[in-house]
Amino acid sequence: MNRLNNINKINRNTQEYFSRFRIPSGCAVFGVVNESGERFSGQMVMDGISVMHERSNGLGGGFAAYGIYPGFEDDWVFHVFYDDMETKRQTEDEIARNFKILFGEEIPTVKISQIVNPPVIYRYFLKSKRNGDAFETEEDSIMDFVMHVNRDIRGAYIVSSGKNMGIFKGVGFPEDIGRFFKLDQYKGHLWTSHGRFPTNSVGWWGGAHPFGLLNWSVVHNGEISSFGTNKRFVSRFGYECTLSTDTEVITYLLDLLVRKQKIDIELVHLILASPLWEDIERMPVKERDILKALRILYGSALLNGPFSIIAGSSDFMYALNDRIKLRPLVAARKDRYLFISSEEAPIRRICASPDHLWHPDGGEPVIGIVRKKEIKKEIKSVRKIQDNKKFTKLVNTEMISLNKSRGDLNGSGIKAI
Amino acid sequence: MKKKDDSMRLSIDAKNLGYRELNLKIRNFLNGSGRGNDIGYEGNGDNCSREVTIKNALGHRYIGDGLKGDALINVYGTPGNDLGAFMDGPTLEIFGNGQDGIGNTMNSGKIIVHGDVGDILGYSMRGGEIYIEKSIGFRGGIHMKSYREKVPVLVIGGSAGNFLGEYMAGGIIILLGLHKREKAALPFAGKTDIIGNYTGTGMHGGKIYVRGNIEDYKLGKEVRKSVAGKDDLDLLDRYVTAYCSLFNIDRKKIPVSSFLKLIPCSYRPYGKLYAY
Repeated sequence: MNRLNNINKINRNTQEYFSRFRIPSGCAVFGVVNESGERFSGQMVMDGISVMHERSNGLGGGFAAYGIYPGFEDDWVFHVFYDDMETKRQTEDEIARNFKILFGEEIPTVKISQIVNPPVIYRYFLKSKRNGDAFETEEDSIMDFVMHVNRDIRGAYIVSSGKNMGIFKGVGFPEDIGRFFKLDQYKGHLWTSHGRFPTNSVGWWGGAHPFGLLNWSVVHNGEISSFGTNKRFVSRFGYECTLSTDTEVITYLLDLLVRKQKIDIELVHLILASPLWEDIERMPVKERDILKALRILYGSALLNGPFSIIAGSSDFMYALNDRIKLRPLVAARKDRYLFISSEEAPIRRICASPDHLWHPDGGEPVIGIVRKKEIKKEIKSVRKIQDNKKFTKLVNTEMISLNKSRGDLNGSGIKAI
Repeated sequence: MKKKDDSMRLSIDAKNLGYRELNLKIRNFLNGSGRGNDIGYEGNGDNCSREVTIKNALGHRYIGDGLKGDALINVYGTPGNDLGAFMDGPTLEIFGNGQDGIGNTMNSGKIIVHGDVGDILGYSMRGGEIYIEKSIGFRGGIHMKSYREKVPVLVIGGSAGNFLGEYMAGGIIILLGLHKREKAALPFAGKTDIIGNYTGTGMHGGKIYVRGNIEDYKLGKEVRKSVAGKDDLDLLDRYVTAYCSLFNIDRKKIPVSSFLKLIPCSYRPYGKLYAY
């Protein structure tokens, strides 16, 4: 692995860094959620993703795990990569100014030959003491802090900033990264993972997937051709893309749509992978109007190009393909487990006979919702049909007026384009 | 069928094998040598009709790729991508689901899958037959082609996703529609279907037979509906009968008269695209 020699010493904005890692070619995505919120070991996910070894090339692997810090359920957890100890000191000063540090430690790792030149990796359990006045919500202030560190402190990257969750990633094959971080010793109710084959961006520790912000994490196979448009769109809402890869913009779009604008997750695909114009034209007039309005209003949030993604949050796992399915995606259910994968074999590795297994269509989301308290009745439909009522409601409510007024979206501050 | 002695059969447990080791074992056996070479199997004389059974296949890629001769390969489990790519003769029977890229540029032989498969089935296929018991993903038969006596055939028992027969240049696709797809995405949730949109987009050769009718909007711009003639019915009868016997299905359930034929509008749909 010559190209990894002294990689930390090379400025990652340079051509030299880029040229070492630009290898043309797939990625692997894999996720498991227990919809009852029961926790299981990371070993299951490591076993699954390892089946797709050939889809990665050792230049990036990572995991997002939810429910792993039950002792700190209501506290923010930052996982931070530092290039050196000086950066660490500087960043910890910043953290101490803005947060009450409950607990901080180096994330336990094990030395293995497959993982070389890791950065300095720490985690902090925090309570915010930022003055809330400047921000609408505490989440906004956390986001602002993360953006500030990632942009302004050279050599420090907050890779994970949610509650009771964490992202573990780096340069290497995912199964090796999992062993490096001892993920078999963690238990969570929702896990996503990624094996990377960097194509149009560099393979570096911070650039590995999953990408995270607040409770969000995204793993991604493919490329976002609309990156420039999407990046400009989210930048109007205070999100800055600092990690030199296209996946982070998906994370910010989800945060904007679902957390800030409170759009139901079951409707988000109508924006990110909206139906094609010809499909919209065939719809009944009311539905057509609302979908047209969404396309006009959120034109710059449409994700174009080949992709399959799995997004995690504390309450659900969400998978989506591009509209014409240029990347693979397979889903399966067994009891209260939902599995999503780039290939079927990894699912079979950990669950030999699922109740249902299917290949989602392009633009068709797969959603596993965690409901800890009520144990839901058995899911009858193969794909768990989404609630059509939600769409009907959307069609019949105030949003229909968007198309006419083209004004503010219900005070959310979005101007029609 | 000729009785085979044990030297003509091999059983491999793929559980702890990588795809390279597995494929090397298959090749060496079909070559009749124990040596660790990696060359293609040339079927001749006694080497013909060897049978390999693979158990616990799990994501192993490239099974059967480039193999010649008339060997029989049975696979139990879930074999990986590019199964039977460039294959030239053998019969592959999969007892389980297949993944993406089955029969990529296959030249001759047969692939039988007892289950579903993923995307790009029969990609650039140029000969041989593929039978899928149930449904397939997107882009089945993309860029299939034919030349003289080489006419590739895909028989799909269930349904097909969007872009079936995309850029198809030759060969035959038969869709039986015995299993429907259920849509889950709003606003289409709950609708079921046997074929997706953009069927035959860019098609400029070959034929697609679909059991039942399909709405016009599901067709690509380069394809049109046509009526099946006598030759078509004979051909359908042959392949539907083969499908039914492979998967134990009552032949009477699938009358050949119920098929719609799709053919390209033009053999050079983009001929004028850049000519001003």
